Amino acid sequence: MTHPTTQQVWDWLNTIPDPEIPVISLTDLGIVRNVEWDGDTCVVTVTPTYSGCPATRVINLDIETSLLANGVGKVEMKQQLSPAWTTDWMSESGRKKLEEYGIAPPQPGGVPRRCPQCGGTHLEKLSQFGSTPCKAQWRCQDCLEPFEYFKCI
Amino acid sequence: MTDVSQDALFEFLLRMGDNTLILGHRVSEWCGHAPILEEDIALANTALDLLGQTQLWLGYAAEVQGEGKTADDLAFLRDVWDFRNLLLVELPNGDFARTIMRQFLFDAFNSVVLGHLQTSGDENIRAIAEKASKEAAYHVERSADTVVGLGDGTRESHDRMQGALDFLWPYVGEMFASDDNDRALAEAGIAPDPAGLRDEYNALIKRVITKGTLTMPDSDFAHKGGRTGSMHTEHLGHILCEMQWLQRAYPGCKW
Repeated sequence: MTHPTTQQVWDWLNTIPDPEIPVISLTDLGIVRNVEWDGDTCVVTVTPTYSGCPATRVINLDIETSLLANGVGKVEMKQQLSPAWTTDWMSESGRKKLEEYGIAPPQPGGVPRRCPQCGGTHLEKLSQFGSTPCKAQWRCQDCLEPFEYFKCI
Repeated sequence: MTDVSQDALFEFLLRMGDNTLILGHRVSEWCGHAPILEEDIALANTALDLLGQTQLWLGYAAEVQGEGKTADDLAFLRDVWDFRNLLLVELPNGDFARTIMRQFLFDAFNSVVLGHLQTSGDENIRAIAEKASKEAAYHVERSADTVVGLGDGTRESHDRMQGALDFLWPYVGEMFASDDNDRALAEAGIAPDPAGLRDEYNALIKRVITKGTLTMPDSDFAHKGGRTGSMHTEHLGHILCEMQWLQRAYPGCKW
């Protein structure tokens, strides 16, 4: 039996949105580490963003559902802890989409570069944590609006 | 490097997983009750990370145990005497100062231990430590900042933080009270002997405590019995009542 190429599978994965930040895809996030065929089983390896992130289960379910819907007969999900996920693996397009959506993308220096709303650079940290494990709360002192910053890890 | 028994490895994994499980549960008790929204969210997120780490530690513990159990079985179906967490993490939250000081004392310990575990001879432990280290580093950064902010804050916040430190200090020594199990793992190159980590730990916390204008207690007295399971405080049973009641009342119940 022939099966879709791994590139085809990657293309499908490209279209699955992150369940908590739907503006970026799972591949933008950089958590899909490998796709391979083991006989007629498609094995997808995913690394968690944060060990307790409740989205991880939903992500696995979304991948399975999407691949099954695309005609893949058998899907096996694998978790890989090492190397640990880093925001360095987030795609350039993912970073752009995040900023357009109003979330400041992760920066190597650990602090946001500019306000995703007005582009202001006078920023203050409100809290090291935010509405999901991957984000922190910041505020722009130029436009006075709070915004979320995608933590750099 | 020598081989280590499955029992010794299991014991070690319970010590790691029970610390994060019980502290995660304690910290989650603040959800909806913290003094300000940002702190509420921060505490809930910290609890979530700790719970995630628990899943990894107890998941591996269940695998090593080899009885077909899961992390959930270990979390919800053991009784007090089988828990191996430090007494520190089962203490009631007290006021916000005590919660934050306990968090800092634990975060500092967790980040030091996880740092060493990244070179463990056990591949699974190495991978868990690599993942958990990133979260622990973030936690200790935040709890240290908060200790400094409140310590070097108002008279009231300073006094409460000093009170919290004085109260919790006798529970710090247990972290480094190693036993034969620890020495076996150290010899096998799986985990560091906790006794050897005290200087590194003290250096880390002293820097923060001093910056927060607080005074390091000079007593060496240590309450013990948590990590060996020989004598937990009365508080652990109460936590388990709340945490385990659903599985106890409806055995095998699933979402």
